[in-house]
Amino acid sequence: MEIFKSNKTYNFMGKRLPFLAFSSLLVITSFVLLFTKGLHLGIDFSGGTLVQVQYTKPAPIQDIRDILAQNEKFAKASVTEYGSLEEIIIKIPTISTSIGNDIGDDLRAILQPTGTFDVRRVDMVGPKVGDALQEKGIMALSLALLVILIYVSFRFEWRFAIASILALIHDISIALGAIVLFSVDVNLDILAAILTILGYSLNDTIIVFDRIREGVTTSKENELNTVVNESVSNTLSRTTLTSLTTFLTVLTLYLFGGEIISGFSFTLLVGIVVGTYSSIFIAASFLVQLNFSISSYRESEALKEKRSKEKDKLRAQFEQGTV
Amino acid sequence: MQFLNYRLVIFALVTIFGIVFSIPSFLQTDDGKKISLGLDLQGGLHMLLGVETQKAVEGKIKSIAATVKYFSDNEDILIEDLTIHKDNLNFILLDSDESSKVDTMLAEIKGLDINKGADLVYTIQLTPIETEVVKDLAVGQAVETIRNRLDQFGLAEPSVTRQGKVDIVVELPGIKTPQEEQRARELIAKPANLELMEVNELKSDQVYKMTAEEAKDIGNLILEDTNNPNIKYLVKQIPILTGSEVVDAKVAFDQQTNSPIINFTLSTFGAKVFGDFTSRSIGKRLAVVLDGKVFSAPSIRERIGGGSGQISGNFTVQEAGNVAIALRSGALPAPVLMLEKRSVGPSLGADSINASMLALASGFLLVVLFMIVYYGRAGVISNVALVTNLFIIIAVMAMFGATLTLPGMAGIVLTVGMAVDANVIINERIRELLKQGKSVHKSIEDGYKNAMSAILDANVTTLLVAVILYVYGTGPIKGFAITISIGILASMITAILGTHGIYQAFLPKIAKDKNLKKWFGVN
Repeated sequence: MEIFKSNKTYNFMGKRLPFLAFSSLLVITSFVLLFTKGLHLGIDFSGGTLVQVQYTKPAPIQDIRDILAQNEKFAKASVTEYGSLEEIIIKIPTISTSIGNDIGDDLRAILQPTGTFDVRRVDMVGPKVGDALQEKGIMALSLALLVILIYVSFRFEWRFAIASILALIHDISIALGAIVLFSVDVNLDILAAILTILGYSLNDTIIVFDRIREGVTTSKENELNTVVNESVSNTLSRTTLTSLTTFLTVLTLYLFGGEIISGFSFTLLVGIVVGTYSSIFIAASFLVQLNFSISSYRESEALKEKRSKEKDKLRAQFEQGTV
Repeated sequence: MQFLNYRLVIFALVTIFGIVFSIPSFLQTDDGKKISLGLDLQGGLHMLLGVETQKAVEGKIKSIAATVKYFSDNEDILIEDLTIHKDNLNFILLDSDESSKVDTMLAEIKGLDINKGADLVYTIQLTPIETEVVKDLAVGQAVETIRNRLDQFGLAEPSVTRQGKVDIVVELPGIKTPQEEQRARELIAKPANLELMEVNELKSDQVYKMTAEEAKDIGNLILEDTNNPNIKYLVKQIPILTGSEVVDAKVAFDQQTNSPIINFTLSTFGAKVFGDFTSRSIGKRLAVVLDGKVFSAPSIRERIGGGSGQISGNFTVQEAGNVAIALRSGALPAPVLMLEKRSVGPSLGADSINASMLALASGFLLVVLFMIVYYGRAGVISNVALVTNLFIIIAVMAMFGATLTLPGMAGIVLTVGMAVDANVIINERIRELLKQGKSVHKSIEDGYKNAMSAILDANVTTLLVAVILYVYGTGPIKGFAITISIGILASMITAILGTHGIYQAFLPKIAKDKNLKKWFGVN
């Protein structure tokens, strides 16, 4: 079976400006969402208490809200349905530092009249821990981008590195935009998902770039647009197939993985789609926009080759004792 | 080419390794190393606790004060205004002739900054180094104490470890109910500060008119009765003895009321101090104070030797048990606060396992079917590599005793999607070459060669991100980074080396067959 004929070349670069414009629109929209509606930080980063309660019959959400509203301690609590009618999540912006008796215990006591229930999860994150996690999260994201920048510069060339980082920023911005749009709680798992998208989308981009590098060094073609079009077309089948298999597995995770992992898999789903799109239509466009020059790349590669040959020659001479 | 080649041999060995070492985890046998389930999957309690180390310094100052008082009482040295503050204590020595005696005694206590002012006013505080030592010891001792208490509580595999300078991580798998969890938390939190204190009989009738400030000015404290907060006691601020001299504590039952009490035994030194005090103070009252509340204040009728005593209050049997455990395992040198808590009920854990297993199974099935439909036998070969990959992830995690968390499960599911990536790249390359009319042999060899750099660069970058995730992630997220990393590394062996070996073994057959549709899914 075949989806894309590998001998057909599509003119991606000829249409790069409309795609770049479309992407800019998406990125700008995402930024607007980020700065207006803003990320909804979950308790991992903002601190607070989260209690997951499962009732034996549909949860009496209104009763629960009324009871909580009467209690000063829980006045700021929010109650939302979680996955099913029986299950709810109660979020309280504060925590209790006492180990012996905590908010979870108090909550269990005052909810007694609302029916038979089981407290299945209590997460409590103090403000100090939340701040530390936030700091670590930002650190991880920046470090990942830096490491990628260095690695790609080293393996390819700086323009490839800049282009891939721009593509990554494009992907992450849009994924964050989707997170804001769908009001996903940003917890540690979402950070993990963002970092996974980073690695995954880079994966796709690198495979395209690898083809471009191969095209530049092996073919006689001097027109960058042609080389890029051929490379993207040649890898098109691989890019879509891999994305498809990964998309399918993550989709099963989203559908069957349960509520607790749905934010994570949702972020990944968005990331895979955006990452695939950017690897095909956007990443290489950046390379063209950055005025990557085939001839100078070939020259510098030739120079590198020459130097390493000279080195080998010198070493050989040295080993034979002629120097 | 012969059937056996080095790639196939390595692949076979790795496969055997994967299967053998993952058997204990799959079958949950008693022997052999298994993957342990994280708290989010099996249910349990994870807590990050912070030790208030400043309070340990205050405690240390208090115990130095008790030593000074005991020494001066015993040697009949007259001192006045012995008071303790946040991080220092002071007193006035009345007789300058005794100065050298006091100095010798104080010199025996390490790490003190002693300031002897005019009129023999002593101000004593801890040196900065000693302060750090006391704080550090407090955290170490808190870890030990909590561990001891949890061991005696009788839970399976409690884990108490220090994290950083002042934090403690407590992990309790196997907690079944919220009630059980609350009891464990109460036990951990119990300061169990036992103090035996002298009641100030001279001013005891004024206690209800006095403010805490006024009491402090005369070196006294006002404490409430544990059962009735309206009953107040005026006690001397410096305790006669503290819980650090308790060597054993047991629950017993009062012979008259049959209610639970706690009998405690003092160390030899403690017994001596106690004996000396009681012989001096006949007719006075002795307050038994636990965590700042007076439990009883009996009058001393005679000298009490033997160094044992009892705490009675309206205990339930469970409370008395907790107090006894806490006294035996030592007091917490400083209060401990909750910084972070994650508790998962066993039913939620089981739900998470089922859900992620279902996701894994269906994701796996989808990928496997897709590969066969799209690539024919080449897809089958890729699937063999994929299955081996799963075995290796399980085996390696079991070998290192790694913990499988929910994000870890997600990592495995994701690995299934990503591990076939290498095979997709290789198969696409082989197809390209076949279409150019190259021979099967040449297409396979060059296909692998051409695909190599892309696979390598792609895997290295993903691995780099996974390492960063491991370093900066906490708990469950680390699990995700681990499974992804192992999956990527394993895919290098299975998807690249393994499938190449299989192709080489079948090469004569493929070449003879000439049916590219059957083998590679192309015409």
